[in-house]
Amino acid sequence: MLNNHAKLIRFFSEANGVTGRKKLQKMIYILQKCDIPFEEKYQFHFYGPYSEELTLRVEELCNLGFLQEEKEDKSNYYQYNYNITPAGTEFLNQFSMEMPDMATKVAMLKEKSSRFLELVSTMFYFDDLPLRENIEKIHMVKPKQKYSDEEIQEAIRFMEEMKQEGK
Amino acid sequence: MAYKDEQLSEEKVFKDPVHRYVHVRDRVIWDLIAAPEFQRLRRIKQLGTTNLTFHGAEHSRFNHSLGVYEIVRRIINNFQDRPHWNKDERLLCLCAALLHDLGHGPFSHSFEKVFKLDHEYFTQQIVLGDTKINEILERVDKGFAQKVADVIAKTYEDKLVVSLISSQIDADRMDYLQRDAYFTGVSYGHFDMERILRVMRPIEDQVVIKSTGMHAVEDYIMSRYQMYWQVYFHPVTRSAEVILTKILHRAKHLYETEDFTFKLQPTHFVSFFKGEVNLADYLKLDEMVVHYYFQLWQEEDDEILRDLCERFMNRRLFKYVEFNPNLQMNEWMELYKLFQEAEIDPEYYLVVDSSSDLPYDFYRPGEEEERLPIHLLMPDGSLKELSRHSDIVESISGKKRTDHKLYFPKDRLNELKDQALRARIMEILYGQGEKVDVE
Repeated sequence: MLNNHAKLIRFFSEANGVTGRKKLQKMIYILQKCDIPFEEKYQFHFYGPYSEELTLRVEELCNLGFLQEEKEDKSNYYQYNYNITPAGTEFLNQFSMEMPDMATKVAMLKEKSSRFLELVSTMFYFDDLPLRENIEKIHMVKPKQKYSDEEIQEAIRFMEEMKQEGK
Repeated sequence: MAYKDEQLSEEKVFKDPVHRYVHVRDRVIWDLIAAPEFQRLRRIKQLGTTNLTFHGAEHSRFNHSLGVYEIVRRIINNFQDRPHWNKDERLLCLCAALLHDLGHGPFSHSFEKVFKLDHEYFTQQIVLGDTKINEILERVDKGFAQKVADVIAKTYEDKLVVSLISSQIDADRMDYLQRDAYFTGVSYGHFDMERILRVMRPIEDQVVIKSTGMHAVEDYIMSRYQMYWQVYFHPVTRSAEVILTKILHRAKHLYETEDFTFKLQPTHFVSFFKGEVNLADYLKLDEMVVHYYFQLWQEEDDEILRDLCERFMNRRLFKYVEFNPNLQMNEWMELYKLFQEAEIDPEYYLVVDSSSDLPYDFYRPGEEEERLPIHLLMPDGSLKELSRHSDIVESISGKKRTDHKLYFPKDRLNELKDQALRARIMEILYGQGEKVDVE
């Protein structure tokens, strides 16, 4: 019961706060691609991989009182921040669940900007393509982001570090 | 004349209860409709198990796919001479609209959950693989099939084309809301599509709505909201989905159990059970075939499989109560043990179903760029996110939209001989007094 919810609460417990919905979307996707067994289904959207299932599940966790959502007015948009609540921690403690250690991976992701994670998650999305075609695809589907060669090289290094971490 | 430009000698029309007529003039579209992979969609219902709640909901993915094609055809006609619209993309848009749901399997959502499948992956396989559809698309132009696949996957470079088929106000949603409302017979789901089509404007990378058309879009968002609660999230439909999911789990479990032999070898399911589904196997399994097996599995030796299939085929569904995992976790654990004591396997007969288990979504402003919102085109040429301008949409966007339900076979509980055990289970489920179940 509620296994997928419990996995997400574990993530929020490790992350100790997540700033921004876009960042949250990309963090879970990248963790999925690094063999952390989140089961939320992703599709490609305007801003990269996006999971409606994840959005709804996080909304459920907030409504259940397991997560606290804070809405911050950033003048031209709202930003949403998430923290686990004591009820969320208690739920997690009652739940027996096998989950690989993801603390270091989560910490690595938390340090990065949502723009960078958008690039990394999009590169992961096209990881069945050879690297050159993958980079071409990035420029094709995200022309407005104007990712520089340095950012792309940094993303490639980061993807490798994420995959190697814990092995 | 090149195949891509070939027109039928006279226009063909499909009579359609939602759009009145679906018009076809392009030879390519006519050929795609006739392809076996597209005809297969006639045997897959648009709303899966919803017909067990709303008996009219027997419409298929074939009907819906034609409807999406027709809406896109009308939008393109309106866009003809507008700036930003590339006329060369016309056939690509029509093909992608027609084929966007091609990879759906029988009872798609449950099958995907149980067997870890993805209908979008199979859409890509059908469009790009060794199929009649691929043969037709490649006749249009070498690489055309890949373009269609990219539009459907939303990874095509021209975002305007993608947003016609897939965005928060796209042809897909506009068709299914109206079609599902029509066939279920509910009075929600209606909105002024003609008006929305008239106020749609192509810009560089998306379709936006002229601000004067805001009220028509409000109506669309409202009908989307009402359809979710009244039809898509209907608890009785969810009960049928729960049973269907459990049948598939049980059949897979039995297949993996060495000392169990099916009376009828489940040939069509074997690759699903093994996790080795190829395209040919996938295409062979439609809802007719699934029903055939469920019919026969009512005579299998396994009591659980037999019972679940009998429930599904004869609409003897599970009852439900509202469930709050935060407040009722201890009760859940006690119930689990009590069901075991009563020899009613809780793995199959005590199921929590959450709204996030369903494949439908609400309108989301997506202001943090996690998702592209609906934009209004203001008189000064600027864009404004819909909920920032519409009080109605803002109000709906802020509503609590989640719930959890606990499903169980009340008839089995009523048959329990141990009265103390029965009383305790009922007390947990219904509180002090048993409530009347909602049909």
